[in-house]
Order: sequence, then C-alpha cells, then structure tokens
Amino acid sequence: MSMASVAREVLDRDFLEIRARLIDIAAALDRIDRAEGAERVRNDGRLVQIRESLRILASEDGRRAERVLMVFSDPYEPNWRQP
Amino acid sequence: MYYIDPHVHMVSRVTDDYERMARMGCVAVSEPAFWAGFDRGSVDGFRDYFRQLTEFEPNRAKQYGLQHYCWLCINAKEAENVSLSREVIALIPEFLDRPNVLGLGEIGLNKNTKNECTVFEEHLQLAADRGELVLVHTPHLQDKYKGTRMILDMLRGHSDIKAEHVLIDHAEEHTVRHVFDAGFWCGLTLYPVTKCTPARAADIIEMYGAERILVNSAADWGPSNPDAVPNFVAEMRRRGHPEETIRQVVYDNPLEFFRQSKRFRFTPPGGAASPEG
Repeated sequence: MSMASVAREVLDRDFLEIRARLIDIAAALDRIDRAEGAERVRNDGRLVQIRESLRILASEDGRRAERVLMVFSDPYEPNWRQP
Repeated sequence: MYYIDPHVHMVSRVTDDYERMARMGCVAVSEPAFWAGFDRGSVDGFRDYFRQLTEFEPNRAKQYGLQHYCWLCINAKEAENVSLSREVIALIPEFLDRPNVLGLGEIGLNKNTKNECTVFEEHLQLAADRGELVLVHTPHLQDKYKGTRMILDMLRGHSDIKAEHVLIDHAEEHTVRHVFDAGFWCGLTLYPVTKCTPARAADIIEMYGAERILVNSAADWGPSNPDAVPNFVAEMRRRGHPEETIRQVVYDNPLEFFRQSKRFRFTPPGGAASPEG
C-alpha cells in the first residue's frame, strides 16, 4: 500500500473530527471576542500562545503536536541545579 | 482482549468502575500513591492510606476478579512539605514488603520546586537502597517538559537504579523522545484535557514502536475514564493494527515491567499463578 493511499485513508477517517475541533476552537475565540473587555486581553500571553499554535497547525512542517506542546511549555534550564 | 491498567487510582472510584473494567477485559490494576485532592495533615494520614492500598483495595478489586497492585510514596504535590515527606519516606519500609506492593510511586515533580526535587531524590535513594521499581509522575501542562528534563537529570545521577526499572509516566509528544533516549519505560496517560488521548497514544506508538511503552487511564477523583485503555484498544483496531501489537502494549508490557519486582505474583486469566508472576 502506498503512503499516498494510506494518507488518503487517514484523511477520510479523521476529516470530520478535525473539522469539528477546528470549529470548536473558532467558536471559542469568537466567544472571547464577544465578551466584554476583549480588546484588553488581545495580547494576553495565552492568546499569543494560541495564535502561535494556530500558525504551527497551518505550517507544512511536521511534528505539529510536539511543537504546539512546546509553545505551551516552560523552558528547560540545563543549569537548574545552580542557585 | 485482556488488559492491565498500570496506573489507576481505584481508591477514588466506585465499584461500578470495577464492574465495568472487569466486563471490558481488565484483569489487573496497578495503583500508585497519589494526592487525595487535599493535603494530608500528618504521617498518620499516609499510614492509613498505605493500609488502604495494601489491605482494603486488593480485597475490593478481588470481588470483581481483578488483581490489585500498588506503589507507595508521598506524591509530588505534598512533597513541598519536606519534613512531612521525610516522615513518610521513613514509614514506607513498613509497607514495602506487602505482597501487592510493586515499588515506589508515583514520585516526581509538580511545580518543579527545589523542595520537590529534594524529596524526589530521597525517594530515589530509598529505591536504590532497596532495589525497588520506580513509577514517576511528570508534571502537568506547562510544567511537564521542564519537569521531565529535570527528572531525567536526577535519575541519571543514580547509576544504582537501572533504567529498565523506571517508568516515566504521563509522557506526551514533547517528552517521549527524551524518555526513550534515556532508556526508561514510557507511560502514556489517556486523561481528558490535561494529558493524552487514545488517538495521540496510537500516533506515538506508530512513531516510536510498541517496546517499553504502556498506556493507562490514571482515573481518579476528577473527570476521568476508567475505560480509557479499552478506548485505546478500539482506536488501534480501527487503524488496523495487529492484535499482537495491541496486546503487547496493554497486557504483555505491563507484565514485563512489573515482573521485575521481586514481590510480583500474577495469575493469568484462567491459569494457575506462576511463582514469579
């Protein structure tokens, strides 16, 4: 079985769920925009993270799940043991 | 398909869950000591909890045909209290040789603080001294990546603990590679919102293979699904994975990991108990 046909199967299988989840995200962002004070939270760090994550989703590069998780992660400091 | 849930907090679940899990093919559960949702007031609270894990809960599980195993520790959340933690660590040996105890867990980090690291290291020393298996909790959400890397750093400092004796749990896409590169076992927790899903767990197994990897529900007192492992089985079947691969993840791998505990005894479904599990 070629990779192309396998990818087609995955897309056929998962499309509706992906679509539903994207609409959920869209609706949630609309909900924030409709709420009072929306302009004041526009640059809230969490919304910045969300916009960065959406940029990753739209990219053609792989490992999107890992990269999105890293957007929402505190950085590791190799010298964490030092006071 | 028979399966084992290697990380589930049955003390916080009702008997309906035992019944449901048994009907779906669960034959054994492994229950780490965890945060009850509130901070316990004294070491006596932990003594009572360890009695619950080693006396009451195995009997409750048995009513539904499940074998029950447990782990002992003071959890990462309460580890911020170092003096209480040291009292609990001193208490653990009283219970370590009880027949259903697999080792120390779920130890780890919560907010990646200095006190949590101190208590984690002291648990590791006990595990090394006693030759015990270790089950590690990695932090939630934004703390997970940093905390997992710190945990791996601390484990590397204990050459007397074999990598194959350690399960790093609650891994996700951004931590799995680090866990495997360090030679540890990897647990994927199928828990709503804050952790993984059956689909993502299937993705991770497709990327990394079925060796040294377990899936669990970590079902507890919060919104969680004790049928998470069967949901994973269903997802893998939906994708056309062979039954042997699925069985490896949900049955063979937990047994392989647990068999390293000198106390582990297991009766396969329909079979006689083997002397070494």
